[in-house]
Amino acid sequence: MGISTSLVYLIGLPFAGAAILLLGGRRTDKWGHLLATALSGSSFAVGVYHLIQMVNRPAEMRPISQKLFEWISVGSFNVDAGLLLDQLSICFVLLITGVGTLIHIYSIAYMSEDRDRRRFFAYLNLFIAAMLLLVLGDSYLSLYVGWEGVGLASYLLIGFWNQKPAYATASKKAFVMNRVGDMGLSLAIMIAFATMGTVSFAGVAEQAHHTSEAALTAMGIMLLVAAAGKSAQFPLQAWLGDAMAGPTPVSALIHAATMVTAGVYLITRSNFVFDAAPTAQLLVVIVGAITLIFGALIGTAKDDIKKALAASTMSQIGYMILATGLGPIGYAFAIMHLITHGFFKAGMFLGAGSVMHGMNDEVNMRKFGALRHFMPITFITFGIGYLAILGVPPFAGFYSKDMIIESAFNSGGMQAIFLGSLTLIGAAITAFYMTRVMILTFAGTKRWDEGVEPHESPWLMWFPMAVLAVGSVTSGYLLYHDKALYKWLSPLFEDHGEHEELLKPIVVSALALTMVAIGVTIAVYKYLRENVDSVAPVDVSWITKFVRKDLMQDQFNEKFFMRPGQLLTKALVTTEDVVVDGSVRGVARMAIGSGSGLRGLQNGFVRSYAALILVGALTLIAAIWVVVS
Amino acid sequence: MDASNYLYISALLFTIGAVGVVVRRNAIVVFMCIELMLNAANLSFVTFSRINGNLDGQVMAFFTMVVAACEVVVGLAIIVAIYRSRRSASVDDASLLKR
Repeated sequence: MGISTSLVYLIGLPFAGAAILLLGGRRTDKWGHLLATALSGSSFAVGVYHLIQMVNRPAEMRPISQKLFEWISVGSFNVDAGLLLDQLSICFVLLITGVGTLIHIYSIAYMSEDRDRRRFFAYLNLFIAAMLLLVLGDSYLSLYVGWEGVGLASYLLIGFWNQKPAYATASKKAFVMNRVGDMGLSLAIMIAFATMGTVSFAGVAEQAHHTSEAALTAMGIMLLVAAAGKSAQFPLQAWLGDAMAGPTPVSALIHAATMVTAGVYLITRSNFVFDAAPTAQLLVVIVGAITLIFGALIGTAKDDIKKALAASTMSQIGYMILATGLGPIGYAFAIMHLITHGFFKAGMFLGAGSVMHGMNDEVNMRKFGALRHFMPITFITFGIGYLAILGVPPFAGFYSKDMIIESAFNSGGMQAIFLGSLTLIGAAITAFYMTRVMILTFAGTKRWDEGVEPHESPWLMWFPMAVLAVGSVTSGYLLYHDKALYKWLSPLFEDHGEHEELLKPIVVSALALTMVAIGVTIAVYKYLRENVDSVAPVDVSWITKFVRKDLMQDQFNEKFFMRPGQLLTKALVTTEDVVVDGSVRGVARMAIGSGSGLRGLQNGFVRSYAALILVGALTLIAAIWVVVS
Repeated sequence: MDASNYLYISALLFTIGAVGVVVRRNAIVVFMCIELMLNAANLSFVTFSRINGNLDGQVMAFFTMVVAACEVVVGLAIIVAIYRSRRSASVDDASLLKR
């Protein structure tokens, strides 16, 4: 087994798990979850093996690729199904399999009461396989297969409890909104093929220099649409909140740590396109900036703990997208924030799941309170994640988020000040709503429903949380120290040299920490000093009402996309009914009508037939006579 | 004598035959009227043969006679068969094929 051939095992192991559990049916109920966890873990082991191999090779030898088979061969269009493992994909491979395995372990306990636990693990394995294919594909087409695969897994897992109609609707909403993004990706692939004649990453990277900027801009915008759909970025963000209908481990794995970051991966992977298309790059920055504020604002008004975290995910991915839009100075920091975010956000989601586990599946934070005494481990791990997302040194978020704020300030021109300020405001709002979550859940007074007896979760659940908490503390420093991740990734990106430094790093850190302190102070003042009602107050300002309704995102979509879409469909149905069906039915009616009209002639009397023949012959003769003379 | 007179006679005979087919009910009379029309046509053939000075028309008349003879055999047989089964030689009575 060569190094490269074993790439297949990365994807193959979890995929085999999904196949065995789905095809094996109820027979595998007893040991299915263990097999799935073991396969996910062994995939992680293969990933670690590759990382060690890769570190030991010199920088230019690090990427390895493997051709699997000739996929499409039509005339001049050739696509090989191949895998590519380079410095960027290995980060994702380890994040996906590592966090994925931890969440498998967590789910063993979390889903133990569910009679469909085997099916749940099958879907989880399917997701891991698809996500690995997404990051390991060596062409946009291979990526597309993985892209659709994770969409499918996400759909299946959001609607895992689809016996509740609201959950089934949520999964459908996620699927449909993702389709909009998928359409962007397929259009981007078509543009790449039409203008460059290739869809492999290497081919497009090579051709990008000789391709017109207009084509690259179009492709970049389509890739951005794809990224926005998958990563819940503005204007396709509305599905993420509802996606929290899925079991909490799913929210942690798919809708916080991995799948929703696929958009960041796509843009980073397509850096050669965006570097050559400044307009598309600017749009990426705008989308990221809007989303990071948008998500943070939604987070301030959510009482559902999972939805608050989902809004936070949206906002944090906004940071990453913004960083990728900044070009070569941002890519490495986007990936760094992605990894640290994977740790702390997955950890917090698992913490939320642990709280729900102890509180009879209650998600309303107004019915929590004072839980730190009853769930100390959950409190500590969640608290570490909280400090990490705030960006308090030395936790992970401090390094990764500060780097993004710093590169926003250093991106040059007027936009730098604007973007930098936005990221700072975002940091303040983040501090506010995350403190709110902490206070409502773990501090203050008990506001529980009757009969609820909170208790700490079993070790199978708190162990993954603890591991993720350790990651939330250490990952930032490890990746930042000596510019480790930046140097690791830099061979993949074209660096345009040093950038002017608008603000010194220490100033940026000080500013960010000040903003965080302001956010925390407001939240403490508002929620800790006053008693919180267990029912959300109704007499609130219009701004609060507006934010509570998710800034009208659903209403907007309904008014501007759903209703016109329905009208269009109705118009098309009517057109089909009247014009197409109408003409078909008209022909039939004409045939029937003329037939029944002519039937009267067929009266059975020989003499009338003879008379008709005579009249016909005479008419014919008369006609000929008229024509001839 | 002008040959076109024969054509007038031919037209007259044909008209008598055609009117007979349309107005008479008795199958035998209808049948005779058909024969009359056939022979009117024969007369035209022969006349044109004479006018144009070639024998094609005369040959055609012989063919018509042969065919007419065959037709008489079949037609009379049908009429007799109908008469036997329905006790009537009226063509209007044999109108069962409508609808």
